Amino acid sequence: MRAYTPKDNVQKKSYYTDRFWVAPQVAKFDVSQDTVFTADLDAIKAKFDVLDAYIQVDQMVVVINANDNYAVLELLKNECEYTQLSEMSAIDWLATEGKFEIFYQMLSMAKRKRLRIKCKIDEKEAIQSVEKLFRCADWSEREMYDMFGVVVNNHPCMKRILMPEDWEGFPLRKTYPLQGDEFAAWYEVDKIFGKEAREIIGPENRDPARIDRYDTKRFSRLGHEVPFGTDISQGEPDTPLVYQEQEGVFMVDKFDAQKSVVISDRHR
Amino acid sequence: MAQHQVNYLKDGGLPVALTTIDKVVNWGRSNSIWALTYGLACCGIEMMASGASRYDFDRFGTIFRASPRQAELMVVAGTLTKKHAEFIRRLYDQMTEPKWVISMGSCANTGGMFNTYATVQGVDRVIPVDLYLPGCAPRPETLQYAVMMLQQKIRKEPASRAQKPKRLM
Repeated sequence: MRAYTPKDNVQKKSYYTDRFWVAPQVAKFDVSQDTVFTADLDAIKAKFDVLDAYIQVDQMVVVINANDNYAVLELLKNECEYTQLSEMSAIDWLATEGKFEIFYQMLSMAKRKRLRIKCKIDEKEAIQSVEKLFRCADWSEREMYDMFGVVVNNHPCMKRILMPEDWEGFPLRKTYPLQGDEFAAWYEVDKIFGKEAREIIGPENRDPARIDRYDTKRFSRLGHEVPFGTDISQGEPDTPLVYQEQEGVFMVDKFDAQKSVVISDRHR
Repeated sequence: MAQHQVNYLKDGGLPVALTTIDKVVNWGRSNSIWALTYGLACCGIEMMASGASRYDFDRFGTIFRASPRQAELMVVAGTLTKKHAEFIRRLYDQMTEPKWVISMGSCANTGGMFNTYATVQGVDRVIPVDLYLPGCAPRPETLQYAVMMLQQKIRKEPASRAQKPKRLM
């Protein structure tokens, strides 16, 4: 008998359900191919533990221990000329490994090389801030906290950056539903009108394409207007587009389509 | 000495116009719709184009104001995020009566393509809306037509009584 797999796991629900599908991998090459990267890797290896190192798409990827992150970046910045932190964030591997992967994408303008530092932390573990080295990490780390819930130690202002401060949940985690949980669905109603207004306002319509073609109480079709609440299931008459009322408007000239001129020379 | 005889009873001869107070007030209201600048996303660009010289909103008397206290029309142009929802409600409440709202574009109408956790699925969940403009983004002509429809709506409403405040709930 086949082993039971839970069907309500959000992680397991993918659009593509081929059981034998293997995610394609980008080819990895040995670091010794590149003399510049070899020197950089040796500099890191002299002081820190390196768990893995390889070259992928002409960039060196170095996997280190999470508590070395500040020191490694400091070494790369001060001694290896990687003076820019172009991007940093987290990747959610909680489902497979129970860990977050933190990556730092480094750029050396002098060497014309890009290098990626990776480390893994547990779900409840905090990581050291690199904001003292790279100012740009300030907002990146806040975003990482906002979206993944990774707490950063020694950060000058550790709070959410994109979502409201009273938001619950971390949206970029794989377990977070795309259309939001219950808190997200009622956020604006709860905040503005209070929870008691939920029943009056009603749930969100998450199917914006759903239009009742024959609803004449809430919508009218331009050029096919009918009185409020008319049954139009048998079709509705055409009504010409009117820009003003038929009898004209007080002190406003009536637009006469017969007298209007289409300008062909735009420079006239 | 006057060579020109003036027929006071003919059109334009008498500098007096006879009308009702309703019509005068509604004429004023419908031809001086001052709109609150509320560009939230790409629809805001179309709204700015409507205000600029090529489409020229000024000829309708629609002048964009940066303060809700000077505005009576709110053109919600763009995606309303959940974080911003309380601010749009606060600005709507600060506008003086009578006030109208045009929901411009798919995002403001229904959330549009942003079927996500962070987007309000239609501004009518937060503020009462008078006119929904379809389009992504609606062209300036569409917004102009919407303003003209709103003018018709204003003229139909009785002006002599205090306007009934619109309520979402």
